[in-house]
Amino acid sequence: MFDGNISMKKLVQVTDLKMHFPIFAGVLRRRVGQVKAVDGVSFDIFDGETLGLVGESGCGKSTCGRALLRLFDITSGTVKIDGCNIGESSPEELRRMRPTMQMVFQDPQASLNPRMTVASIIGEPLSEHTDLSKKDRLARIYELMDAVGLNRDFANRYPHEFSGGQRQRIGIARALALNPKFIVCDEPIAALDVSIQAQVVNLLEELQKKMGLTYLFISHDLSMVRHIADRVAVMYLGKIVELAPRDALYSAPLHSYTQALLSAVPEPDPALEAQTERIILQGDVPSPSNPPKGCNFSTRCPRVSDICRQIDPEFKEVQPGHFAACHLLTETKEMTAGSAAATEAT
Amino acid sequence: MPDEAAPVLDVRDLKTVFKTRSGEVHAVNSVSFDVKPGELLGVVGESGSGKSVTMMSLIGLLPMPPAEIRGGQVLFDGVDLLQSDVDALRDIRGARIGMIFQDPMTSLNPVFSIGFQLAEPLRKHMGMSKSAARKRCVELLELVGIPDAESRLNDYPHQFSGGMRQRVMIAIALACDPQVLIADEPTTALDVTIQAQILELVKDLRQKLGMAIVWITHDLGVIAGIADRVIVMYGGQIVEQAPVKELFANPQHPYTRALLETIPSVRGARAQKLRVIEGQPPALGGQPTSCPFRARCTEAFERCGVQNPHRVNVGPDHDAACFWDPASGGPRHV
Repeated sequence: MFDGNISMKKLVQVTDLKMHFPIFAGVLRRRVGQVKAVDGVSFDIFDGETLGLVGESGCGKSTCGRALLRLFDITSGTVKIDGCNIGESSPEELRRMRPTMQMVFQDPQASLNPRMTVASIIGEPLSEHTDLSKKDRLARIYELMDAVGLNRDFANRYPHEFSGGQRQRIGIARALALNPKFIVCDEPIAALDVSIQAQVVNLLEELQKKMGLTYLFISHDLSMVRHIADRVAVMYLGKIVELAPRDALYSAPLHSYTQALLSAVPEPDPALEAQTERIILQGDVPSPSNPPKGCNFSTRCPRVSDICRQIDPEFKEVQPGHFAACHLLTETKEMTAGSAAATEAT
Repeated sequence: MPDEAAPVLDVRDLKTVFKTRSGEVHAVNSVSFDVKPGELLGVVGESGSGKSVTMMSLIGLLPMPPAEIRGGQVLFDGVDLLQSDVDALRDIRGARIGMIFQDPMTSLNPVFSIGFQLAEPLRKHMGMSKSAARKRCVELLELVGIPDAESRLNDYPHQFSGGMRQRVMIAIALACDPQVLIADEPTTALDVTIQAQILELVKDLRQKLGMAIVWITHDLGVIAGIADRVIVMYGGQIVEQAPVKELFANPQHPYTRALLETIPSVRGARAQKLRVIEGQPPALGGQPTSCPFRARCTEAFERCGVQNPHRVNVGPDHDAACFWDPASGGPRHV
């Protein structure tokens, strides 16, 4: 599962990260509440691995990715990248850190300046952070274009002259310009067609192998995450509900939400589709400005019990390397005998 | 399951062209297919493959100009929709052919209540009284699984979540008991757990109401779960048509075969490396003189460059537009 180049060194350490956004209302724009977009998540990313972060829209996965690079000022908690506490760094320190951590955005159309040529887009981080001569800079730009599979002849073209997949390659080349260690990929393939998605995913994998990159791969596409990630974290309403090595998560998910989420993915195979037992969740995700009491998933969980509506479950290791936040899991361990008797009775 | 009944919708040789400043774009090129009563026909293809334009053409919803329908026939109950005048079409749309669009937010009017929008087709097409329409509205909302239907009639679209809005759209489309329902990427804007709810609802409604459905999507997973028969579009043409099981078990066109290999699976085996379809979809300027998939095809040979293949029978109720035969690994003799 872990490839040879993944060490056990923790490159990114996130502890109890919270990202709350205030809600202002009324004539005086008084603060009336807050959206708890990310509400206490903790995880590590090992050097050289890909951590997949999945969840439905509004669960806080993008906010989490952006907070990690301190594109937002975090509400509380700590984020350490390569030993440096990002959350408390001064702007100068942060600027020195920027070359090691980069981001690839979802919409290549919106994240590339339409008035800049490809060469100036890819070269911008170089002129900001290095003192390369003009000639060296151009050489580096060509090198990057080769690395992501863009034709050098297109260096003076503008983003609108490229297709979606090629634009995403430009975005990736820009992220690679300063030899980063850690890249947050925020839904990098969501805006692309199926046949182009595979091209971009394979490119990301190749680059990782060649340059020893570490990815946080944010996506709602569970099948693509299964392909690219080494470990996967599942978010629901601002919290990570389960985190496990990829194979363990997909073959034996523990949390009811992960189980429902995986069962909801349609399978491109009618034979497998017919066998799939679908768990259809009722209702919608609650608002993150007014999360339910107790477990966030308690309003939709098919196995909800009284304790779930009262106490928020702790996120802990239930099997080696397999973390989950669910009362039912920790309880069943302690009362296996009791629950077995209960099932017999029903 | 469909049998050999007469089709409710029969599209023959449909051609749609867009006139743009930089020349003509042949968005739909000689597309022919039919929809049988009660069947669910899946239409798959990437963006720009012409799947939405085909459906918009046949119900007369394309702005003309820039669009122009260059030829073909769309027979619905023996009447050619392409020859019908605006009023006749208006009587059919929304009444006998229902439509659901991708984005439930933009296809509902934000300033009218759900009840008003739901009653509109009933009052217009069926001439119902206000009270009768209201009663039917409640029935419809209950049918699509919206709890507390009576009181929600006065709510506005923004008071509903994405999944609930799509349920309202389905209720509107079903209001007049259509014979055919055209659904254009109805679950694409939704999250997977909500998509699962909607798919379950559609399966349930099909059993209850028995209308034919044309379901447009780019998601082969969705198609595998709900369709009876599938057409695959590429570059404005239909490249393959087959019953769903046959298509997934025995794909004939190199595009379909490649497409099935590019998508990773959640439950099946995990591939070490994803198959890639190199290159980009074709620009659709001018009448095609060669196979549109030729430039990206791994099997292409000389003939593909000089002739655009017609659809030929490759199995029972299965046809593909390709000169290459996967069984022999060489050219097909047609």
